[in-house]
Amino acid sequence: MIRVLTALMWRDLRNLLFGGRGGGATLPLLFFLAVAMLYPFAVGPDAPLLAKTGGGVLWIAALLAAILPLDRLVQEDIALGIFDQLNLRGVTEEIVMAVRLVAHWLSFGPLLMLACLPAAALLKLDGETLHLLLLGLLAGTPGLAAVGLMIAALTAGLRAGAALSGLLLIPLALPILIFGAGALERGDPATLGFSAAISLLLVAITPFAAGAAIRAGREG
Amino acid sequence: MQARLAAHDLACRRGDRVLFRGLSLSLEPGDVLHVTGVNGIGKSSLLRILAGLLSPYAGTVERDGAVGLLDEKPALDPDQPLSHALAFWRAIDATPGTNYPWDMEHLLDVPVRYLSTGQRKRAALARLSAQTAPIWLLDEPLNGLDHRGVSMVGAMVESHSRAHGICVLASHQPFPLDGMRVLELAEFVP
Repeated sequence: MIRVLTALMWRDLRNLLFGGRGGGATLPLLFFLAVAMLYPFAVGPDAPLLAKTGGGVLWIAALLAAILPLDRLVQEDIALGIFDQLNLRGVTEEIVMAVRLVAHWLSFGPLLMLACLPAAALLKLDGETLHLLLLGLLAGTPGLAAVGLMIAALTAGLRAGAALSGLLLIPLALPILIFGAGALERGDPATLGFSAAISLLLVAITPFAAGAAIRAGREG
Repeated sequence: MQARLAAHDLACRRGDRVLFRGLSLSLEPGDVLHVTGVNGIGKSSLLRILAGLLSPYAGTVERDGAVGLLDEKPALDPDQPLSHALAFWRAIDATPGTNYPWDMEHLLDVPVRYLSTGQRKRAALARLSAQTAPIWLLDEPLNGLDHRGVSMVGAMVESHSRAHGICVLASHQPFPLDGMRVLELAEFVP
């Protein structure tokens, strides 16, 4: 079992992180940094305003950056028949999706948090806001990854799946955003507990929901 | 290796059309079954039902032994060199030391997306043979292969059958092997 998990994880990381396919992890990262770079140009170099609104903008950037990798998360492996072959070897879709969820998060969550450092400098965020932002992203990005994977699996068979998944993610990710960015407003880390709880719930159900979606897709 | 593959009273429905019904089969070690029929009659669906990837509309399937499936999807990462793409399956199957069934040395460094249709089919056959599954389900195994490739697949299936393996192959072309059982799918169309 460990052998299978290692092989799956290595393949997923290679495809998602190192850009085995179309861009890899750099695309969400550059998107996130681009927002942080453009925002001061759009609202002007007013440091108090930037510091007040910058955290929320970075949250929105993180949420939208999570949409970018969705179209290559599941669809390609269905077309290649990877899931079929794994199923025949007794590796269930739930296991494959659980591994992919971890790999997907690793390929954008930690990178976005790292990118928060230069972004915070660009937006003149103070130390406390940055601290809350990083904690919030740590609590929220696993949930974003989970929602993204679930949606990618559900829309994999559809012709306009990529566009649809972007639209579907936004309402489902809203609670994470509300509690995650809400902590910045109040300066209170306790709100992040809600964000983490929602994340945890999403992480727990995603392997089963995404696995069932892939199995159902075979019958179509 | 005591493999067995049996199906009782299978029916398959795609959309609102019943493709076939009342299909039963029972295969013992060493059996090779050639499923024939025109395009769209349900050969691929039958193989996917036997593999357990598709649930039958009616009937049951009994499988004893691991299943190896070869269909039109190669299940090899297109951006990876062939050796890496095959190594993934060898890691999953825990068969790292097995030999390729024929000479593929010159292809191992080539990314899978640059392989021709026939070369990709050979690569998929190499994946299948490294899996060491007792039950083989081959969906159009000859598509895209040249004369030599066709006879190689014939030899592969023959040695698999001699090693007490079971093979079901769906093909609209004649298959280069003697002593196969033949299942004409048209007999089961309602």
